[in-house]
Amino acid sequence: MTTSGYSDGYGDTGQATAWRDGRPVYDRGDTVCVIGAGPSGLTAIKNLKEAGFGVDCYERETSVGGGWNYRHDRSPVYASTHLISSKPFTQFPDFPMPDDWPDYPKHTQLLQYFEHYADHFELRPHIWFGTEVVKVEPTDHGRWDVTTRSTGGYGGERIHRYAAVVIANGHNWFPRMPAYDGLDGYKGELIHSSSYKDAAQLRGRKVLVVGAGNTGCDIAVEAAQQANRCWHSTRRGYWYSPKYALGRPTDQVNDTLLWLRLPLRLRQSLAARTIRSTVGDLARFGLPQPDHKVYESHPIVNSLLVYYLGHGAIQPVPDIKQFHRTSVELTDGREIEPDLVVMATGYQPSFEFIDPELLGMTADGKPRLAMHAFPKRLPTLMVAGLLQPDSGVFPLVHWQVVTFARLLRLRDTAPAKAAAVFRQLDSEADKRWTDAKVRGTARHWFEVSHISYLKGIERLLQEATA
Amino acid sequence: MIKVLRQKEWAFPVPAAKREVLRATPELDEGKPPVLFVPGFGHGAWVYHEHWLEHAADRGFPAYAMSLRDNKDATLRAYAHDVAQVAASLPKRAVIVAHGAGALAAAHALARYPARAAVLMAPVFGGVGTALRNPFICLPALFGGRLRLPASQLFSREVPASVARGYAKRLGRASSKAQWQLLRGRAPEDPVGDPPVLVVGSPDDRIVPDSAVRKVARRYGGAPLLFPGMGHDLMLDARWREPIDAILDWLDKS
Repeated sequence: MTTSGYSDGYGDTGQATAWRDGRPVYDRGDTVCVIGAGPSGLTAIKNLKEAGFGVDCYERETSVGGGWNYRHDRSPVYASTHLISSKPFTQFPDFPMPDDWPDYPKHTQLLQYFEHYADHFELRPHIWFGTEVVKVEPTDHGRWDVTTRSTGGYGGERIHRYAAVVIANGHNWFPRMPAYDGLDGYKGELIHSSSYKDAAQLRGRKVLVVGAGNTGCDIAVEAAQQANRCWHSTRRGYWYSPKYALGRPTDQVNDTLLWLRLPLRLRQSLAARTIRSTVGDLARFGLPQPDHKVYESHPIVNSLLVYYLGHGAIQPVPDIKQFHRTSVELTDGREIEPDLVVMATGYQPSFEFIDPELLGMTADGKPRLAMHAFPKRLPTLMVAGLLQPDSGVFPLVHWQVVTFARLLRLRDTAPAKAAAVFRQLDSEADKRWTDAKVRGTARHWFEVSHISYLKGIERLLQEATA
Repeated sequence: MIKVLRQKEWAFPVPAAKREVLRATPELDEGKPPVLFVPGFGHGAWVYHEHWLEHAADRGFPAYAMSLRDNKDATLRAYAHDVAQVAASLPKRAVIVAHGAGALAAAHALARYPARAAVLMAPVFGGVGTALRNPFICLPALFGGRLRLPASQLFSREVPASVARGYAKRLGRASSKAQWQLLRGRAPEDPVGDPPVLVVGSPDDRIVPDSAVRKVARRYGGAPLLFPGMGHDLMLDARWREPIDAILDWLDKS
């Protein structure tokens, strides 16, 4: 099979079997369409294929890996990106990362892992590279018409009809830029962290890093090492978890407590005590006290931030009040003059190819999905990987798509039962999957606890099997 | 039922280890899947290197033979991890062919790696029955000693005595912890990815009784393929060609 152009076996060399708006639709029968060949898309192809489905995947880039492939123009990774969850929490549950890799692999190793996954399970023949999805529209009997074209809009559009669609287009590529007074008139250099690629960009400059997320902390640390000066602006106080605690990767220590089934309160107190006794009181460095308990916000894992705060190489500052022509005014009244402002303010999901109503999209752009994956009353559509877990995301996506494949099969073999499972799912559209009450900032509405979420998946799998 | 929550495995990952892997690849890539040979306790990659490795490659299969980690504290779980590690490192989805107690390690690995197919040969799935049937072999193991595997138990009489003694001399030992766990006999979880599983044995195997082979075959929903007249170590016996050809034929068909 070739990957350039459509060839035998793909419907549109023959006669079109249906029409939409006067254009031919090529029916792909029971085949499932996967949008995107990043980690979520790859595991969707692999698990659907394993369950016996035909799969067509569309990928706008010319290689696999999605955001983890630094060659892709939408990739958010920078040269020094490392994992913040250790290997057991990051690898797919049925494809271990090599023993000789470190606890926290680098982004290039992760890409290597996904490329090997694609080769090992022979996924590439299913992927149409350099092809972007323009439109996804429902048609009769729960089937979908998917319009595609070459990335960049060259050539014509084609419509294929699929039995089901898995949306795996990622959520870390569309930069979120908060609004500030005076931002338009600001003449200094300002970039979003998505354009930050290499520490050389910071060398010899006065840098203001905005945002206390994991990326903001990474960049602040690199600025401490490379820049002339580094201000780090954060809105609130956070818990900065070290990468190692008690001689082991912190997430492994954390899951030891979970494995022992300690109650949440006790875990919170143990974790807070461990952080206080190792990291110490951050107020001493001028940071605000955390305004929430441990586990109540997305974990920030960074051992070096505190180290550089202690060396005075990072100067903590509060939120930005407004921008002036050449300076930045902070909420405490100070005015600073950075050469470069890096906005590490995160990303937001974007599904420009589908009617927002189908995903139950609210006015502020949050889709309403059961288990953050299943839209209401659309059993043949799922969103894979729209999760922000307190551990690695890939195992969770693996189980999401395993479940989806199981449910699709159940619709064939036991339709009444499948309908009951989907009714149950529809009633849970607003259920949250966190242990602690997570602070609802604009960024963290799809935050989940890996334990709560996987318990939900396990139950769903049981229902779909029994 | 599928086990999704694995806190203990995540909290206490198996320590990394070095493993011996031998390889024989066919001259022409015929698109056949890689075959990974896993040895039993006390055995190593060398048992496959004698005959099977080259033979599988001659028949067009990229063939790999591994040794389990050489560590006296290794657990059965560590051995299963070894199998999954090597299988996942191969270029394509692998077929796992495992022998003796290595078949139990492989069966555990099948729940953590979606093999293309699996072959369990003279499988020792453990449990008290194994110990009672072979008291002289297993008794020392109960006290942390080594499993005694005399040549007369491992090979048929067709293997010349001097050759058999030479093989027996090369046998090593598994960790006492893993031997204990073998006797305790925790049943493996169901395989992921629903691979076809073939069980192979010999009615004249003096270590693994016919009934044990049949029991394992039943667990995987089939009947065993039996080679009368052969000893426990099928890959080293005088008629080593028969079982490997039958296995590769089965792979060619499925």
